[in-house]
Amino acid sequence: MTRLYLLVAASLLTLLTAKGQDLEKLLDESTGNGVNYVSATFKSTRIVNGHSVERMSEGQLDFRISHRFGQLNTGAYNLWGLDQANIHFSLEYGITNWVMVGVGRGTYEKTFDGFTKFSILRQSTGERKMPISVSYFTSMAVNTLKWEVPNTTLPFWDRTSFVHQLLIGRKFNERFSFELNPTFVHRNMVATELDPNDLFSMGAGARLKLSKRVSINVEYYYVLPPMNDYRSQKTYDPLSVGFDIETGGHVFQLFLSNSLAMIEKGFIGETTGNWADSGIHFGFNVSRVFALK
Amino acid sequence: MKKIFVLLLSVLSVYAANAQKYISKNGHVSFYSSTPIENIEANNNQAASILDASTGELVFNVLIKSFEFKNALMQEHFNENYMESDKFPKASFKGKITNISAVSFSKDGCYNVDVTGDLTIHGVTKPVTAKGSISVKGETVSAESKFLVQPSDYNIQIPKLVEGKIAKQIEVRIDLTYSKM
Repeated sequence: MTRLYLLVAASLLTLLTAKGQDLEKLLDESTGNGVNYVSATFKSTRIVNGHSVERMSEGQLDFRISHRFGQLNTGAYNLWGLDQANIHFSLEYGITNWVMVGVGRGTYEKTFDGFTKFSILRQSTGERKMPISVSYFTSMAVNTLKWEVPNTTLPFWDRTSFVHQLLIGRKFNERFSFELNPTFVHRNMVATELDPNDLFSMGAGARLKLSKRVSINVEYYYVLPPMNDYRSQKTYDPLSVGFDIETGGHVFQLFLSNSLAMIEKGFIGETTGNWADSGIHFGFNVSRVFALK
Repeated sequence: MKKIFVLLLSVLSVYAANAQKYISKNGHVSFYSSTPIENIEANNNQAASILDASTGELVFNVLIKSFEFKNALMQEHFNENYMESDKFPKASFKGKITNISAVSFSKDGCYNVDVTGDLTIHGVTKPVTAKGSISVKGETVSAESKFLVQPSDYNIQIPKLVEGKIAKQIEVRIDLTYSKM
């Protein structure tokens, strides 16, 4: 009889402890954590001149206005370049969460450009772990300068150039992100026979957050030197250093760069400024995002 | 023998009490900030909660990153600059419905309830009380509540530049549909 009592008492006790089980634990057990995508590897779709792994989300329109002023070494007469301004503006839109498109126009060679960027992998933790983000970027640009050679015409395709780029980025921690961008640029027509039509380049970019709303960005593209060095113009590898400042609705990017052009074809292949003799430009990008959806 | 019978009965009743837990996995949480300059709204459909119908104990969890804004940039700022969701991925509530005895889970109807407990947002825990309602319809139990949260209470810093755009008091709405666990 006592045994029976004990048994019943014991089962009662276990039940009681089961009842006292922490509801919080129970909740954690019955709900997973899901996939946790990393956000803001970079603050904007550009590191400085070149693209970052970031893309516009579905239904978001980015209106960008960028300026590059003249070279610092043009002296006080040009107010160290501020008298001259090159502009590039563009409208960029997220069709889905993994495809964005953009069209733009730049002063440099009076160029129209269009691009598509696909998000292939997204860095994530949780149920799906992915160490890096990968995007593929492709663009086409059309130079619309007047053709000055008399009695000849320039076929449309000779005005075009194409870019293919893989953007491979990782946000290492809350403050530091790094990206590698193997890039191929093809120019249908170049200035002289000695200039290369095809350019291979490896870009690298980094972001370091200084505060919640300000980060310092560095971008460099190593351009594989062509086989000969009899090019019509000496070019340099583009190097840019600047700040991202986020103010709610806008992202401002202020920086120094030795390139004037704001599209890949221009800054990778045609950067003529040299940091060593102050051949650098002050520049800024302003990005304003509108939710259209 | 009678005594054993009584004991067995009590065991059974404990069992029954134990079964009176309700869970919600796709609860809806939204918040509104309304100022003359801008209205901001965000929605989250992945709130999870467990309600113990016998004791009135209530726990609640929501992932900050699952809040969806109309403006994706705003969503990014919310996570990166305000909520620091990598550091504090969840907001949670742990508390009690103080007048749980007023709710009859076996009878259809709508009951007003008082909730009190600890709300944790942005790593800061504060005691809160709120009014809500529970409606019972057959097997499903739904709960609703609306209360105000002050970002400054939870150490959420709002820079001077955007002060005018973000309300001092944010209205939070909770809408949960529970099913028996």
